[in-house]
Amino acid sequence: MPRAPSLHHRREQPPLPTQLPADAPSGPPRVSPLYDPRIRGAAYQILLLLAVGVVAWIAIGNAAENLRNARVASGFGFLGNTAGFDVNQTVIPFAAATSTYGTAFLVGLTNTLMVAVIGIVLATILGFTVGVARLSPNWIVRTLATVYVEVLRNIPLLLQLLFWYVAVLASLPAARDSYALGTSVFLNQRGLYLPKPLLAADAWALPLALVIGIVGTLAFRAHARREQARTGRRLPVLAVGLALILGLPLLAYGVLALIGIAPVALDFPVKGTFNLRGGMQLYPEFVALVVGLTVYTAAFIAEVVRAGIQAVNKGQTEAARALGLQPGPTMRLVVIPQAMRVIVPPLTSQYLNLTKNSSLAVAIGYPDLVQVFMGTVLNQTGQAVEVVAITMAVYLTISLVTAFAMNLYNRRVALIER
Amino acid sequence: MKTIVAALAFGLGATLLAGAAQAQGTLNSIKQKGYLSCGSNPGLAGFGVPDAQGRWTGLDVDFCRALAAAIFNDVTKVRFIPLSAKDRFTALQSGEVDILSRNTTWSMSRDTTLGLDFPAVNFYDGQGFMVKKKLGVTSAKQLDGASVCTQQGTTTELNLADYFRANKLKYEVVAFASADETFKAYDSGRCDAFTTDASGLYAERLRASAPDDNIVLPEIISKEPLGPAVRQGDAQWADIVRWTHYAMLNAEEAGITQANVDQMVKSSDNPDVKRILGTEGKYGADLGLTNDWAYRIIKLVGNYAEVFERNVGQGSPLKIQRGVNALWSKGGLQYGPPIR
Repeated sequence: MPRAPSLHHRREQPPLPTQLPADAPSGPPRVSPLYDPRIRGAAYQILLLLAVGVVAWIAIGNAAENLRNARVASGFGFLGNTAGFDVNQTVIPFAAATSTYGTAFLVGLTNTLMVAVIGIVLATILGFTVGVARLSPNWIVRTLATVYVEVLRNIPLLLQLLFWYVAVLASLPAARDSYALGTSVFLNQRGLYLPKPLLAADAWALPLALVIGIVGTLAFRAHARREQARTGRRLPVLAVGLALILGLPLLAYGVLALIGIAPVALDFPVKGTFNLRGGMQLYPEFVALVVGLTVYTAAFIAEVVRAGIQAVNKGQTEAARALGLQPGPTMRLVVIPQAMRVIVPPLTSQYLNLTKNSSLAVAIGYPDLVQVFMGTVLNQTGQAVEVVAITMAVYLTISLVTAFAMNLYNRRVALIER
Repeated sequence: MKTIVAALAFGLGATLLAGAAQAQGTLNSIKQKGYLSCGSNPGLAGFGVPDAQGRWTGLDVDFCRALAAAIFNDVTKVRFIPLSAKDRFTALQSGEVDILSRNTTWSMSRDTTLGLDFPAVNFYDGQGFMVKKKLGVTSAKQLDGASVCTQQGTTTELNLADYFRANKLKYEVVAFASADETFKAYDSGRCDAFTTDASGLYAERLRASAPDDNIVLPEIISKEPLGPAVRQGDAQWADIVRWTHYAMLNAEEAGITQANVDQMVKSSDNPDVKRILGTEGKYGADLGLTNDWAYRIIKLVGNYAEVFERNVGQGSPLKIQRGVNALWSKGGLQYGPPIR
């Protein structure tokens, strides 16, 4: 950018780095680069970067050298070797005889992601409910919510997980005398058994109807928003959405049944020698972990939500009420959208905490990433450096992706100032 | 800037030091620090378990005491570091312990890829199953569809998968990080069967809420040669560990016991006994120890039979028979090469 010569005369001056005339014009004095704060700052940063780089390089080189000297196998080739052990609850297929350590890694990863996603959804629902309840005018509701928050967030998570796991194990009957609901649902120490729906091969119309229902609902919601922006009229999005998402598949089911195709068969659990066979099984380790993570994190989310709501100026509520809005719509349409600006950043931290805390699964035998990969795989292969490095990289990646997604959402709800 | 320099120096120092400790030789570093670091089982009756006073007992624990006796002539110069199955190899590889003496199975992959050596086998074992009596199961072959509790990071976990696959049986594995959690889960009914080395089954059964309600099934499904492990690449230290075990076997064979060793030293004319006890030859010095190294082991810890009976045999609650762990001369597998 050209400077106005009338204000600054520096450019016209001959370079005089050391001998400045006593009557030098105004403007920054010329100094040796050694004392220039900008150059010094840059030099320190480069030096620090170099130092970090050198330490990392030496550490990696030294570790590799030590491993070689100790004759410990290294490298990532072990991921292709046959695993030889079994895992009891997997999202993806896994068999000791044929699957590799790489597949075992994926088994652990998918189990971790499943717990994290389910935990985040449940903790958000529970946390928002409790957070709003803490501000309820009803004394009992408010006190219950306060007790919930104070008790659950002040007991270490590991203890809570052990409590849920041991409580589940101790209070339920053995496999042979399960609690039964009719002939299809069983509950015992090995978990909750439900009939497993099996979709018939020629019942493709059913999932298709569901997809059409969801797409239709989204389209209707967009239309409803435009309508409201244009005319101020509110369309019944919820009722129409429910009708589309539930009604269409039901209709498809009915039609299929009429033309003689049984669209869904149920695989019922039946009693075997030791355990129930068939059906769908929710393992006690999984349930204990999800319940523990959910109720613990929900206590923190409740506080985040309460803080967010209280950060919204009381005048907003009063204005909404003055316009004739009921308490429900006031909360939903006026307070919460503004509170989200305060809620979302700390909420992101809670999501990250929940994901990382899921590694406590190792204490109760749920095969998450740490249990399967850093436990069994590390020990069977002995390749600690590689396994720990991969695991750390995975948690870092999951956390960064979650944070990135939440930042995108935050940008949407953030206050846009002029 | 000062802090950066300090951090740099610390980082460099830490990384370089790690290399130096290994080059020095395990025996020298043990002598220098004045005690042996022994990786032991956190709690397995008969093999390595601390009592209420924090005093460790067990076959594997006594093996470390025998080493301390040979090196320092003092069985108290051992520090026991309890290690779970999952953490044990990393602790040995990284130099946190000098020796791993915690019922560890010697297998080829562990020998070749973990940078370890297995100098001796101090207990020949095999994997078995324990079930609740009320299930009415009498053979492992009847476990089709059962839930089985096991400890992760063990050969047990692999044998289990092999056995059920080979016999075309279905099962559900529930794996835990520590032996304690594994057994508690079995005891509380999470699993139908509990599996580990047969010696471990008898030891863990003592901890069950009702020990007599559990039975050990007759099948032994694997070979589990259990013994101490050391880092590969220090032949002298591996030799000391190996010959400590053999000295205890040779002492049993020659009839030298804790009680008669002092009298044997003075009066025995048997050349075998004289070589073992160091009154003839300089076998101990060649090993890097003193010539009376084996005398110290027997005097302070005992011969193999004494250690066995005291910890896992008839003198213990486990009451395990010598079986394959008898001396070769009595039909077992324990064979000490000659000290000469």
